[in-house]
Amino acid sequence: MKLVKTIFKNLFHRPVTVQYPDAPAHVTERTRGHVEIQIENCVFCSMCARNCPTGAIHVNRTAKSWSIERFGCVQCRACVDGCPKKCLRMETAYTEPGPQKKTDVYTQAAEETA
Amino acid sequence: MSTRSIVPFGPQHPVLPEPIHLDLVLEDEKVVEAVPSIGFVHRGLEQLVEKRDFQTYVYVAERICGICSFMHGMSYCEAVEKIMDIELPARAKYLRTIWCEMSRIHSHLLWLGLLADAFGFESLFMQSWRIRETILDMFEESTGGRIIFSVNKIGGQRRDMENSMLRGFLTKLDQVEEQVKSITEAFLNDHAVNTRLRGVGILTKEQAYGLGAVGPFMRASGIEFDMRMRGYDAYKDLDFRPVTSTECDSYARCKVRIGEIFQAIDLIRQAVDKIPEGDIAVPVKGFPNGEAFVRVEQPRGEALYYVCGGGKKFLERFRVRTPTFANLPGLLQTLKGCQLADVPILILTIDPCISCTER
Repeated sequence: MKLVKTIFKNLFHRPVTVQYPDAPAHVTERTRGHVEIQIENCVFCSMCARNCPTGAIHVNRTAKSWSIERFGCVQCRACVDGCPKKCLRMETAYTEPGPQKKTDVYTQAAEETA
Repeated sequence: MSTRSIVPFGPQHPVLPEPIHLDLVLEDEKVVEAVPSIGFVHRGLEQLVEKRDFQTYVYVAERICGICSFMHGMSYCEAVEKIMDIELPARAKYLRTIWCEMSRIHSHLLWLGLLADAFGFESLFMQSWRIRETILDMFEESTGGRIIFSVNKIGGQRRDMENSMLRGFLTKLDQVEEQVKSITEAFLNDHAVNTRLRGVGILTKEQAYGLGAVGPFMRASGIEFDMRMRGYDAYKDLDFRPVTSTECDSYARCKVRIGEIFQAIDLIRQAVDKIPEGDIAVPVKGFPNGEAFVRVEQPRGEALYYVCGGGKKFLERFRVRTPTFANLPGLLQTLKGCQLADVPILILTIDPCISCTER
């Protein structure tokens, strides 16, 4: 009899799964989705690259660029916690799945001289 | 004497979530001997400790396994804290205990699902995993990750759980308890399930002692021993007695794990009642110099961690003895004399985690 109850419940119940990526994934306030940078505040101290357990972050001080291998990042949040300028933040949305490994490069615009 | 034949089992097999290979020596349909071979998913994580900062290595340590990830990270931290003489704040200890017990519930529910799948009870498999989703959602709400939590750090925790969140969890756990009760009926009293589990894979108390079995596999053979009795973290303040059974068969292992789910829910309730206010981490200065052993009770059994540091940024040695490795001799003993059709279930009853074992 228990089984009959389960069968009817499942027949009239909506699916518990979400059709990601067509439907948005369920996230919470603390979900670690992906790392974002406010490049204008960055001082290129390389603390994030040093804290990264997978070596996914690369900082180039001379070219003033900050890059992250999106598929190398494991979303541990170590870079965000270690950032002295607090210019890194963790977004709740996951990065999009894709056929190729990609690296996002952010470059700081050169300061205008007066 | 009948003819002997050797049947290779694994590394790829529908019942195995991870690769292990067994050569089964058969006499007709009866297994006479089983010869295991492992080494398909070795990743060299222990060696990596020499190349990663000891504080960063926490994130590597918790990736040893996807199911006991919290406890791997936590035990590594405990070992380093032991070397560096760091006393954790009380709240951090309680937080660790709560997350440990939540890991135990989700690991055991995963195992129950896999067991149901192994004897072909698809509906029960789906139901077990649906209940597990609630626990994973709780993890995501509190830590930000469903499987890999990244909340441990040396000297404490990176995330706190507010009291309102903890109370919300208790309400959810009440529902989980009800749902687990309903599937318990099917696991323990269903006639078809009983015929697959009862009297299959006997491991006596003496054999369990002699072969060094650990965890629920050992407690199902009637040995009342649990690493949590050591009283690490907040366990010394909580009231609990290990769940045991004297039936020594696969049914007993299933019963012990179901009992441990209810016990874990009870331990979380006790911990939430007693959790003190305060800091969740202490600052860490210097580098670890010395060595330490730590033993903890993972969902699958006792795990042993050894950490050796030489006063530098990089540690010298890290070693993990995982419960699956300790349970392999016991598994081979239970396989002797069983029927070929029972082999998948017997392999599952030790709750094998091969990627843990090979690191």
